[in-house]
Amino acid sequence: MARALIHMPATAKRGEVIEIRALIGHPMETGYRPGADGKLIPRDIIRKFVCRYNGEQVFGAELHQAVSANPYISFFTIATETGTLEFTWEGDQGFAQTEKMNLTVGPA
Amino acid sequence: MKRRDMLAAAGTGLAMLALVRPAFATTEEMAAAINSFTGGVKPTEDRVTFDIAQLIDNGNAVPVTIAVDSAMTAADHVSAIAIFNERNPQTDVAVFTLGPRAGKAQVSTRIRLATSQKLTAVARMSDGSYRSASVSVIVALAACIEGEAP
Amino acid sequence: MSRTLGGALCCLAGLLMLGATSAKDARRSGSEFMSASTQAMQRDDTLNPAMLWISGGEAQWSAVAGKSGKSCASCHGEAKQSMRGVAARYPAFHAGSKKTINLGQRINVCREQKQQAPALRAESEELLGLEAYVAMQSRGMPVEPPRDAGTTAAAARGKDLYVQRIGQLNLSCAQCHDQQAGKRLAGSTIPQAHAAAYPIYRLEWQAMGSLQRRLRNCMSGVRAEVPAFGAQELVDLEAWLAVRDKGMKIETPGVRP
Repeated sequence: MARALIHMPATAKRGEVIEIRALIGHPMETGYRPGADGKLIPRDIIRKFVCRYNGEQVFGAELHQAVSANPYISFFTIATETGTLEFTWEGDQGFAQTEKMNLTVGPA
Repeated sequence: MKRRDMLAAAGTGLAMLALVRPAFATTEEMAAAINSFTGGVKPTEDRVTFDIAQLIDNGNAVPVTIAVDSAMTAADHVSAIAIFNERNPQTDVAVFTLGPRAGKAQVSTRIRLATSQKLTAVARMSDGSYRSASVSVIVALAACIEGEAP
Repeated sequence: MSRTLGGALCCLAGLLMLGATSAKDARRSGSEFMSASTQAMQRDDTLNPAMLWISGGEAQWSAVAGKSGKSCASCHGEAKQSMRGVAARYPAFHAGSKKTINLGQRINVCREQKQQAPALRAESEELLGLEAYVAMQSRGMPVEPPRDAGTTAAAARGKDLYVQRIGQLNLSCAQCHDQQAGKRLAGSTIPQAHAAAYPIYRLEWQAMGSLQRRLRNCMSGVRAEVPAFGAQELVDLEAWLAVRDKGMKIETPGVRP
């Protein structure tokens, strides 16, 4: 289990556009680096990131080797209703991780 | 050295270079990747801002923010933002999927840059059009007088 | 009337003195030599990759370890209170160990002696996370090295090492970081080698690392024999750097290129 940190408000007004910052610990090994033995270290990256809001995808990302280690992504979404935001990362070597955050949405 | 000999030597050198495949992406490859993303549609250079430092401390983690001027309504919104580079080993950086639920067409991330180069962000709009912005950045490589001790 | 005027003049003199003192302090943190975007990464905890390690350190603080069945919290309670100011006083002479040790070593003393748990490996995610978590509780506080005989002796040895030429390139720390600070070396500006931001997330490492990792890299860079992690010379250098940094604000967790 990698360390993951999600920064987003706990509450919002209906219709408010909120910013979400997602950070996860992962080497994002490019496959272009030689190891101590001179051989290339095989590629090992997170390839996909998805945010689902009460089950519906509101944001997605397809990542390549040029995304830095410990990938950081910031994006926006409209606070539509109270519920759960689910963040999923998937990648090489069967990497899969999900984090959940609750959002309470009050009247506009 | 006679001029003819010198030219012959240069010619041999160039032929040698052509045999070695470049290990890094090229301008043509970036253009091809953008073309693939847009399905052949040529992007117009408007509505997209590509925010990145011009002089970069370290190419391992360069913060970037791409913003697209869009009302983000169901009828008119950004459905995807793609970032491409010209001189890393691979031209693709990331593709972000948005939609009207985004509220704001802005994404930030941190990317790797192998060397000074040009970067392009392309936004796919819901009306089928494509918008883009390009930046040129200088990457200062790490100081030579250092090395990871075992 | 004259009393008030006299009072005002004294106040003004005091202000001028303060101004003069801070104007004379030419010390600049390494963060001042970084680009704006790297500075922003350090300034904002929601952007700082080191927070990944620190969230691990925070979890470890409350996790029981070893035969003792105790966590750090069992004895020390809330780190925010109990660890405040601690990193500012390290390295420090530890009577029980009979030598000057750094914060990471002090954490391991607790691990082994109080928790009866195995020491955490140098540069391990666990030790870096815990060290950074503890040091962060002193963020913003001035570096204040202890003045006891043991610590000052270590700092004196460290100062000798700092000015000693080493390696095939035959360079001392002082030559680059005192004499050439601010000038350029390859693509980078040479910083003044202040250490109050450690452990740091270094963009070059794409990970967190300790001050000793950075010192060893510099020594490797000048083609010198590199002491092992935990070697007393490295701790002595750290002790000297703390004296050299006295009064500068702790920035942990720092971000550096």
